[in-house]
Amino acid sequence: MRRVIKFGLLSALVVAISAPAMAQEKTLDAVKKRGVLNCAVNVGLPGFSQPDDKGNWTGLDVDYCKAIAAAVLGDPNKVKYIPTTAKERFTALQSGEADVLVRNTTWSLARDSSLGLSFVGVNYYDGQGFMVKKSLGVTSAKELDGATVCVQTGTTTELNLADYFRTNNMKYQPVVFEKAAEIVQAYQAGRCDVFTTDASGLYAERLQMQNPDEHIVLPEIISKEPLGPSVRQGDSQWFTIVKWVHFALVNAEELGITQANVEEMKSSQNPEIRRFVGVEGDFGQGLGLDNDWAVRIIKAVGNYGEIFDRNVGKDSRLKIERGLNALWNQGGLQYAPPIR
Amino acid sequence: MAVTTPNQRASEQPSLLYRAEVRQVIYQVLLVVALVSIGWWLVHNVAENLRRQNIASGFDFLWRTSGFDISQSLIPYSNTSSYGRAFWVGLLNTLLVAGIGIIFATVLGFIIGIARLSTNWVIAKLAAVYVEVVRNLPLLLQLFFWYFAVLKNLPAPRQSIAVVGGGFLNVRGLYLPWPVPEPGFGAVTFAFAFGILASIGVSIWARRRQMQTGQQFPVFWSSVGLIIGLPLLTYLVTGMPLHWEYPVLRGFNFQGGMVVQPEFLALLLGLSFYTASFIAEIVRAGILGVPKGQKEAAKALGLTDRQMLRLVVIPQAARIIIPPLTSQYLNLTKNSSLAVAIGYPDFVSVFAGTVLNQTGQAVEIILMTMGVYLTISLLTSAFMNWFNRRMALVER
Repeated sequence: MRRVIKFGLLSALVVAISAPAMAQEKTLDAVKKRGVLNCAVNVGLPGFSQPDDKGNWTGLDVDYCKAIAAAVLGDPNKVKYIPTTAKERFTALQSGEADVLVRNTTWSLARDSSLGLSFVGVNYYDGQGFMVKKSLGVTSAKELDGATVCVQTGTTTELNLADYFRTNNMKYQPVVFEKAAEIVQAYQAGRCDVFTTDASGLYAERLQMQNPDEHIVLPEIISKEPLGPSVRQGDSQWFTIVKWVHFALVNAEELGITQANVEEMKSSQNPEIRRFVGVEGDFGQGLGLDNDWAVRIIKAVGNYGEIFDRNVGKDSRLKIERGLNALWNQGGLQYAPPIR
Repeated sequence: MAVTTPNQRASEQPSLLYRAEVRQVIYQVLLVVALVSIGWWLVHNVAENLRRQNIASGFDFLWRTSGFDISQSLIPYSNTSSYGRAFWVGLLNTLLVAGIGIIFATVLGFIIGIARLSTNWVIAKLAAVYVEVVRNLPLLLQLFFWYFAVLKNLPAPRQSIAVVGGGFLNVRGLYLPWPVPEPGFGAVTFAFAFGILASIGVSIWARRRQMQTGQQFPVFWSSVGLIIGLPLLTYLVTGMPLHWEYPVLRGFNFQGGMVVQPEFLALLLGLSFYTASFIAEIVRAGILGVPKGQKEAAKALGLTDRQMLRLVVIPQAARIIIPPLTSQYLNLTKNSSLAVAIGYPDFVSVFAGTVLNQTGQAVEIILMTMGVYLTISLLTSAFMNWFNRRMALVER
């Protein structure tokens, strides 16, 4: 009988220990305590996130990491960049290794619903395109029947590619790699006729090829690729902060607030600007930050337009048009709810 | 439960709890309970966390449409097939490269191992250099060498190198003619199967006859005749019911025939050459492990060199060779997962790569992947253990 009682006690103990894991710590508190933001970025995509020879990261996505760090920690340099491949990125966020994923990642229903993460917005409206060698004489994606296509594993690109060829009743041969660098290498060596990824990525990778002029990007854009930052589900405070960092960048451009003039703007009479820079209202505190949050962001990285031009737009080597990424009142899609 | 009184204890035996056998059982039960509890806690904790983070779980995804394509598949597969089918495609690709790799590595390993013992100084040294160079470089590096340094430098499709017999070699792979059977080819297949069975019969009969009369029968040449000659004769008699489909350059690529992809080729070459260097050493050790006296005794009995090798040296060397050989086969199979680095759609690349990423169900997929490798390894191991028992010295 004693043994039975012992087993009973033991089992009860086991059940007690195994009660579901500890309550989750708030991401904001964790970041503040750590003093550094863990930001998952691309291992290397010119214009979006790329380390230079001194190990400094630059790019549109990188500037978002800096903006979040500036808002939360007051210093845009308190970021630890976690380079991730397409395959590793969601795990990095899910496991808690990263606080936020800013890695030119397409927002889709499946990712929103089954991966346990939430997209906060769209920081780059993109679409999938095809690149071929000029010497092939191909001018349209419709002429690619029978082609060999290099593509990255674990991307929406891989799925769109299959859809596009199926819809147009064409055949193709996929060659799938894990890293973008390997794809570019294989494409240049002639292993594939076609290299496909988001159009921005095609332009970016072309810059790094041996002879950029030998390659053309075909006119067809075969998909919608809204790229944006994402966070883990279940922490609405953190979700709201990252979302409003994005909106602050877009609002700043709309209000004409730039990295250069943000201090002067504090004495502006425009109520919208006064709310933005925190001299009116307590909007920053509502987020769990302070009222200077937006000023710090703009001081650190400038507004959305400045980030775009510097990294991928007219001031960069990529020279990508604003297009869909212009503000809503300039024919684009970038639109942010008001700060009020 | 028996309750013992003090009187009984004094007169007969100690309390149940103090008996060694009972204690052993208790400790073992406790250990099992603890292990099961930890396992249950792990599973429960994972399920709970996944649920709380809103991450999908379960195995329903295996029946959902995959939506992606795979470059090499041994079974019919398209982007409308299910994730479950992608699982099999990946698994078969792994088994294909591992299976062929094991054969190549074994043949090459035996040749090099024997070459290293050659009395020809140049051959022995060449084999030694091969072993020392190849087994001391990381496998991943060798794969990159084969893929990026060798195969990537082949010419584009339009400048393909013609291979004897209507094949072509270019950066997209090795294109070979493929036999297409016509009606009536079944007879040839039948003749081939018959040839194999018949040669097994002949060898059993020849052995028995030799035991009884001491006379030998040319088993090897009669088997060649039965297995190759008979189907060939049937083929000619039935009017050659087979034609070859040749690869032709159409559009972007060669169409028709069979294509061996460069990713597969690179992986196969890398795995075979690497593992062969280890097998060569195992073979050398095995042969050196046969005492010199055995060979001298065989010579004294008047056996020829070939008979000595076949009847005396190899059976004894095999006992030393087989157990470490098993480890090499297992290594080769597991190393094939490095395919992911050079874009070959093996099991890890397809299932633990693309499928994992498209579904996001890391826990289930990694568990299944580990289960698959464990199963493959245990099966290989079981087969080699059986083979080892067969070859083991039967002590009388």
